[in-house]
Amino acid sequence: MTELDEIDLQLLKELQRDCSRSAGSFVDQVGLSQPAIWRRIKRFYNEGIISGSRIVLDSEKVGFSVTVFLGIKLARKGQIRLEDFEQAVTAIPEVQTVEHVLGVYDYRIRIIARDITDFERILRRRIMTLPGAGEIEANVLLSEEKRHGPV
Amino acid sequence: MLKDLDARILRIYQSDPDIQMAQLASKAGTTPAVLSRRLARLRQNGQIVAKEAIINWQILGYKVEVSLRITLDKTHHSAFDNFMSEARKIEEVIEIQTFLGKVDVRLLLIAKNMDDYQKVYRERILRLPHLLEIEPLMHIARVHNKEVLPI
Repeated sequence: MTELDEIDLQLLKELQRDCSRSAGSFVDQVGLSQPAIWRRIKRFYNEGIISGSRIVLDSEKVGFSVTVFLGIKLARKGQIRLEDFEQAVTAIPEVQTVEHVLGVYDYRIRIIARDITDFERILRRRIMTLPGAGEIEANVLLSEEKRHGPV
Repeated sequence: MLKDLDARILRIYQSDPDIQMAQLASKAGTTPAVLSRRLARLRQNGQIVAKEAIINWQILGYKVEVSLRITLDKTHHSAFDNFMSEARKIEEVIEIQTFLGKVDVRLLLIAKNMDDYQKVYRERILRLPHLLEIEPLMHIARVHNKEVLPI
């Protein structure tokens, strides 16, 4: 397993907020030289500890005001190929994440829409017509916080 | 609403956050100078919020991921606030979302293994205030993860 020290954890915490920062900008904060910090950050990427980056947009300000999470239960299990369902749901542009879960639902998906009317269109035309989609539960997102986690 | 050029820039930038600025400019059909002005404006307007590093928790040894769908006892007027501020103290909670629907709150919890999960669940989660009902969804696979907006 990957060993991380206090400074690594601090860097990871900061990079989760802003990974456009240069190694030099951490010098005062962590008390290491710029090349030393650069090597640590490079290691995060090399070892896959940081798997990529994400541009965070204010969805409301760019015209998307509704995020809905759907819990989907497949109908007639066994007769539906999971791959077919997954492929079809992934192809919907408004679908942001698809998670295969174990519990009351089979899949948990995140949908972004311009407004409620737009969401209704996506639900009726795209989701309800998915191969094998059975019971669907919708929860409209009110607020969301991403935490830095155990680093 | 976004202008055409801004929409193109955001579309490309979101799908490839580590793209070189010169390449982003040419793909969006503009010059680097115009691009840098547009990006500065988008940041200033709060449309671009940040560029965040994505951590691969699996590599750091967190093999278990569970969504906890929570219903709160809302008879207490500050149930939401109390719950949220206590939930934020649990390091293993990496996402907190609130909803309008059957579920009030969802916590995304990571743990090293099932023993670790049990421990956090019993000692931290079950002690959160105003809990009425918890429904765990165990993550099996992330089929699709593209938190980009269909701009």
